[in-house]
Amino acid sequence: MENVSVSVKDLSLSFGAVTVLDTLNLDIKDGEFLVLLGSSGCGKSTLLNCIAGLLDVSDGQIFIKNKNVTWEEPKDRGIGMVFQSYALYPQMSVEKNLSFGLQVAKVEKTEIDRRISRAAEILQIQPLLKRKPAELSGGQRQRVAIGRALVRDVDVFLFDEPLSNLDAKLRSELRVEIKRLHQSLKNTMIYVTHDQIEALTLADRIAVMKSGVIQQLADPMTIYNAPENLFVAGFIGSPSMNFFRGELQLRDDRAFVHANGVDFDVSAYPSRGPFKAGQKVVLGVRPEHVRVDEASSGQPSHQAVVDIEEPMGADNLLWLKLAGQSMSVRIAGQRRYKPGTAVTLSFDMAVASIFDAVSENRL
Amino acid sequence: MAGHTRGSGRPNQWSRNLNAKFASVPMILTAVVIFLGGTIWTVVYSFTNSKLLPRLSFVGLDQYERLWAAPRWLMSVQNLLIYGFFSLVFSLVIGFVLAALMDQKIRFENTFRTIMLYPFALSFIVTGLVWQWLLNPEFGIQSVVRSLGWTSFAFDPLYNSNIVIYGILIAALWQGTGLVMCLMLAGLRGIDEDIWKATRVDGIPMWKTYLLVIIPMMRGVFITTLVIIASGIVKVYDLVVAQTSGGPGIASEVPAKYVYDYMFQAQNLGQGFAASTMMLVTVAIIIVPWAYLEFGGGRKRA
Amino acid sequence: MPEIVAFNTIDAGIEPEAEKVQARATQAGPRGRKPRRALSGRNIMIYGTLIVVALYYLLPLYVMIMTSLKGMPEIRLGNIFAPPLEITFEPWVKAWSSACTGLNCDGLSRGFWNSVRITVPSTIVSIAIASINGYALANWRFKGADLFFTILIVGAFIPYQVMIYPIVIVLRELGVYGSLTGLIIVHTIFGMPILTLLFRNYFAGLPEELFKAARVDGAGFWTIYFRIMLPMSMPIFVVAMILQVTGIWNDFLFGVVFTRPEYYPMTVQLNNIVNSVQGVKEYNVNMAATILTGAVPLFVYFVSGRLFVRGIAAGAVKG
Repeated sequence: MENVSVSVKDLSLSFGAVTVLDTLNLDIKDGEFLVLLGSSGCGKSTLLNCIAGLLDVSDGQIFIKNKNVTWEEPKDRGIGMVFQSYALYPQMSVEKNLSFGLQVAKVEKTEIDRRISRAAEILQIQPLLKRKPAELSGGQRQRVAIGRALVRDVDVFLFDEPLSNLDAKLRSELRVEIKRLHQSLKNTMIYVTHDQIEALTLADRIAVMKSGVIQQLADPMTIYNAPENLFVAGFIGSPSMNFFRGELQLRDDRAFVHANGVDFDVSAYPSRGPFKAGQKVVLGVRPEHVRVDEASSGQPSHQAVVDIEEPMGADNLLWLKLAGQSMSVRIAGQRRYKPGTAVTLSFDMAVASIFDAVSENRL
Repeated sequence: MAGHTRGSGRPNQWSRNLNAKFASVPMILTAVVIFLGGTIWTVVYSFTNSKLLPRLSFVGLDQYERLWAAPRWLMSVQNLLIYGFFSLVFSLVIGFVLAALMDQKIRFENTFRTIMLYPFALSFIVTGLVWQWLLNPEFGIQSVVRSLGWTSFAFDPLYNSNIVIYGILIAALWQGTGLVMCLMLAGLRGIDEDIWKATRVDGIPMWKTYLLVIIPMMRGVFITTLVIIASGIVKVYDLVVAQTSGGPGIASEVPAKYVYDYMFQAQNLGQGFAASTMMLVTVAIIIVPWAYLEFGGGRKRA
Repeated sequence: MPEIVAFNTIDAGIEPEAEKVQARATQAGPRGRKPRRALSGRNIMIYGTLIVVALYYLLPLYVMIMTSLKGMPEIRLGNIFAPPLEITFEPWVKAWSSACTGLNCDGLSRGFWNSVRITVPSTIVSIAIASINGYALANWRFKGADLFFTILIVGAFIPYQVMIYPIVIVLRELGVYGSLTGLIIVHTIFGMPILTLLFRNYFAGLPEELFKAARVDGAGFWTIYFRIMLPMSMPIFVVAMILQVTGIWNDFLFGVVFTRPEYYPMTVQLNNIVNSVQGVKEYNVNMAATILTGAVPLFVYFVSGRLFVRGIAAGAVKG
């Protein structure tokens, strides 16, 4: 069994009458890269600030390295933190930014120098050490901010949307660097973001959050392929999963979702329990799990009409009308369709998702 | 932004934007005739021997020589220096400390702010008269302390030529520190929340954070506040008139009062112009370097 | 709650051994909110200082009110901090209607009405002109506009004493020296820099597309000002009004220099009453008069609250 690095027990936080986090539990393994993913206001940053000790919790406990740190000051928790706005001290040089906390903590001079040169080497910021933050680009600033966490020589790194202030190109570059950093340092990292690409690419595990509650905690592939509920299914993936609201029907040993007057054969779906006839459900199919004009005879297929075509280079996104409902399908970039073309669709139900329409949980 | 309407036949320079120009006439008149023209006029006439009426008979630097030989003017300048120095230092320090206290997520912040700022809504006349009463040695603070048993207690700044300017300083600080506190508080609130979080993660003690991180970041706010206080100091007039009328004797005279008295009471315009020109020079010494830094250095703001 | 159910199904995956370890840990050690004593040294320091400071600020107001409610014999005997033994409103009546300035004996009421007659038109005229100036500067910049604006702003720092005599001459030439009209012009002139800056920055902060869209729709200078800018800018007009009403009401220097005694504003009247050398000093009447003069700006201050702060901040800090 792996060691637990950070452990959150029954954590609650409320501001007056507003509950931001509600009896939340979370264990993060040693060396794990955990991403807290959710839209703004879901409590992900709040949770991170609680772990850092920047917010006082209302109830519950926080353990870091098996030490109860619930009442500890941030500096005593063995954490380093990287902020969205970098939060570099603007009047100090890069070197001073890195050393300031260590000097205050009375770390020896030679040790400070050793740590700074190591961090500078890892992050390749040696040429920038004498500069002021204002003279750095956004990407460089974020490296320095990471450096400031690095020199603290801690076990746990906390990232609060560190790439949100960067443009798209830099963001993808730094994303790769953070991943590389994690691979070489093997520290525990907790990373807050609203960007699902960051979450999917970086994480060992993702915790998808909504309204202060973790909706699903799993590795990226599970989150993507087997979302635990309707919210996670809709939140992850772009364009979004296609949803069909309907009713389960059982005929001749086969199971169907009857939606908009169309029967979807879901016999191939790996359901967790037996289907109940008449249950109201939502069928979810990702755009890339639909084949266009490739159905072999005998396989269940559906007729649809091309509404709009969005060529994206590598892919081609088709917006179709199926029984009056709009849906999207991803096909190879070289296959082109004119609007109005009639097409035949076949669904890969083995990788689809079915949710109960009331509880919205996966069946 | 203005020149979108370049039609077929290009209209001439003058008729373009005519309404905007027409609307700006009051501003142009004020800027050119009053501010620029008036200032130049005063400076020019400060070299004349105008008495009751302005006359263009130049006497070189006579008025200035007389000015710098006048005990009353020297006293005015000395008072202004003492008053200016202490009111700058105290209002910046007190204002910042109060703002820092107010920034500790305290309860009743609005109440405290309302209390600290209300004197700023009052005129200098009202301020001066209240403090004249509080500092009245017969009935005010001195007499109250004496009646408590400390019979030798002496606190009568308004009747003691040596310390009268500090009596005025007390009133001025009462009136103005609330404003400085508000400006500083606005500056503190403008500091990125993440900076505070970063210093907590780094374990920087609060006083060190203020001293080494926050105050350097608030340089702009400090400079602006400094300029506001400083240009207010040079203008100080009403407060002195209300509180002491310049007395006892000439012990609390200030330059602005010197100017007014010579222009409108002593009917010695030349002296008034020379004194006011000296005030202009003082302000220029404060303002020009600041304006150069603000507007000359970086032309960010269009 | 479906969300919790969803989470618990996943949580069940944790190995039982780990659960035991955590269960043990849960029992011991700190939990929940970090206990804070309400009377920690830090809080005593902060609130103590603030309360002492607040008392210092409130003291003069308190003394003013107490003194104004006492009779003269009580003032001579008692101390200024003691509340009145016998409340009398006579000083207020006297301050308002019959206190003497050395020139006349109709109290502050004359000054009050003069101040009203000065403040109302001055506020309206100065704001009207400055808002149009600011609008022209923000949206219709013409050649040279920035130069005039710079002179205007620099002019705001020039001591008034440098410019008052030339203004006296100009007003005399116009035949309005000593009249209320003259004083209104002076207030408009000296209010212009700060108000123009205020309005210019506000209008420049409005989305430019709005202005462009109106231009495309064929609206001109005045149409855009009255139909689009004005309705969108009520808050800044209120801020400007607060700034001007308190500023003009509190003015003393311009009142003395530019008006004849019969038009003296309240501040001048007050100073003449209190600092008049004739007769016996009536401190209670003086304090009542002082409160009366401060009442209008104080009323504006307490009613406007946050807007006042915004006004002075806007006035103090550029843009």
